[in-house]
Amino acid sequence: MKNKLIELRNLTKNFDDQQVLKGISLDIYENEFLTLLGPSGCGKTTTLRIIAGFEEPSDGQVLFNGIEISKVPPYKREVNTVFQKYALFPHLNVADNIAFGLNLKKVEKSVISQKVERMLKMVGLSGFENRDVTLLSGGQQQRVAIARALVNEPKVLLLDEPLGALDAKIRKQMQLELKKIQREVGITFVYVTHDQEEALSMSDAVVVMNNGEIQQIGTPTDIYNEPENRFVASFIGESNIIEGHMIRDYLVEFDDFQFECVDKGFEDNEEVEVVLRPEDLDIVEPEHAKITGVVRDITFKGVHYEIMIETEKRMYNVHTTDYAPVGKKIGLLFGPEDIHVMCKMGAY
Amino acid sequence: MKQMRANTKLQNAYLAFLFFLMYLPVAIVILFSFNESKLYVSFSGFSLVWYEKLFRDSAMMEALKNSLILGILSCAVSAVIGTLGAVSLSALKLRSKGVLEYIAILPLMVPEIILGMVLMAFFYMLKLPFGMLTLLIGHTVFCVPYILVEVKASLALMDPSLTEAARDLGASSWRAFLDITLPLVMPAVASGSLLAFAMSMDDVVISIFINGPRISTLPIKVYTQIKTGVTPEINALCTIMLAVSLTALAVFSIFRSHKKEENRDEEQIDRASEPDQEL
Repeated sequence: MKNKLIELRNLTKNFDDQQVLKGISLDIYENEFLTLLGPSGCGKTTTLRIIAGFEEPSDGQVLFNGIEISKVPPYKREVNTVFQKYALFPHLNVADNIAFGLNLKKVEKSVISQKVERMLKMVGLSGFENRDVTLLSGGQQQRVAIARALVNEPKVLLLDEPLGALDAKIRKQMQLELKKIQREVGITFVYVTHDQEEALSMSDAVVVMNNGEIQQIGTPTDIYNEPENRFVASFIGESNIIEGHMIRDYLVEFDDFQFECVDKGFEDNEEVEVVLRPEDLDIVEPEHAKITGVVRDITFKGVHYEIMIETEKRMYNVHTTDYAPVGKKIGLLFGPEDIHVMCKMGAY
Repeated sequence: MKQMRANTKLQNAYLAFLFFLMYLPVAIVILFSFNESKLYVSFSGFSLVWYEKLFRDSAMMEALKNSLILGILSCAVSAVIGTLGAVSLSALKLRSKGVLEYIAILPLMVPEIILGMVLMAFFYMLKLPFGMLTLLIGHTVFCVPYILVEVKASLALMDPSLTEAARDLGASSWRAFLDITLPLVMPAVASGSLLAFAMSMDDVVISIFINGPRISTLPIKVYTQIKTGVTPEINALCTIMLAVSLTALAVFSIFRSHKKEENRDEEQIDRASEPDQEL
């Protein structure tokens, strides 16, 4: 197992009378790409700012290599931050921006220029040393910001929605590149985003947050395939969430039918919620399926069709490459492994 | 359509008349400063005689020197006080912040005559000898707000994550202020100081309460001389002062528009260069 680098223990944070963090506990490991994912106002940025040292937790501990650091000022921490709006110093050129941290540490000039050059090469901006940072494009500014942080060789790089201000195409490209840089420098990245696709495609571990609480911690596949509650299921990807109950282990009932499933460990007859991902559902002739319904709407999405099917009980969302005209009666087919059963939660 | 055109003509005529009335006295002063004759009745011929006389007037030159020293010193002191004040004001997170900001610029709103009287009483209580020192303190009092307001406005436009970034990269709060905040607000400090200097250079009301018997500033000198009748020498002086303050104003507005233009340029470049082709 890798070493724990940062431990958050029961962090809370109050702003005026509002509690934005309600007891966050989290272990962050060496060389890990960890993403804090959640809607705006869920506390993900506050958590990041506490790790950076810009905010002090109201209660709880922040351990760095086992040492409590929640009162240590930001400039004495071995972490660096990439800000959402880059926060490049407009009165300094590209090289001086990157060298800012090294200059403060009184590193020798020749060493600085070597390191700056190497960083620029890594982020693909060789030869940009003397450019005015305010004249760079958004993507280029973000690269300079990343170089400026990484040149200090921090143990952890914190990234606060760094791609939020870029347009879709560059964002995709930067995602790949960030992942590549992380592997290259081999340090821990803590990444904050509200974009679930970004979180799934880049991370080793995803922490889903809502309302100042952690909803689930897991690998991207865990989070997607085994959401622990309704919030995670609906926030990550699209899903059909159906109320039902467990008859016994491996047998669940919903929409008045019983289905075999792969889930166990619930009490007999426990009220549960069932997730069916749209892409796991198939449309077949009505006689081949238990649940049947009528096609109400079909939209072409490129790779697949999105079909809205109205059954007796509800509307199902199905993603399939098969076509079915509006008004056609069809059956919904899915296997035991397509059913995911979760504990029921009240709040959402 | 015709009606409208007639209307705009009327408007233009009105504006022209207004400006004429506003600037007629100034124009006359400038014109007669070049008059050969001492009389105001007619313009008898172009001459620089009054300017020559002015520069030979040692009392007048002494007053000018005082004014310049006072203006520069009070500006420098206010620049330090105003800039630090603006920085700490903008860092405040109190609920009473608005009230504090209001109090900070109060000297701009208090009638000058009251400010002058209050300062005089205060210095008298402290038993400070009236002279350059009291003048300097008095001028600093009303110069600080000009700089404070300018710097505060420029800080409000500054991205707060810039100083956070500096601290994140290893700068203490003080270093972050010196390396990041100060260079970025410098244009605002300069334009605020210029405005403050102009204000210091033409203040009569406050200065006259606190200058003491031996020291005179240029505006006070003009004011006291005018009581004995306007001479063309004063016209020449007014013309020079007008030229100086107009120049200061011009420099100030060039500073401003330059800043604005820079901002606009940045936005345009941002938009223009956004799909990023060099990747």
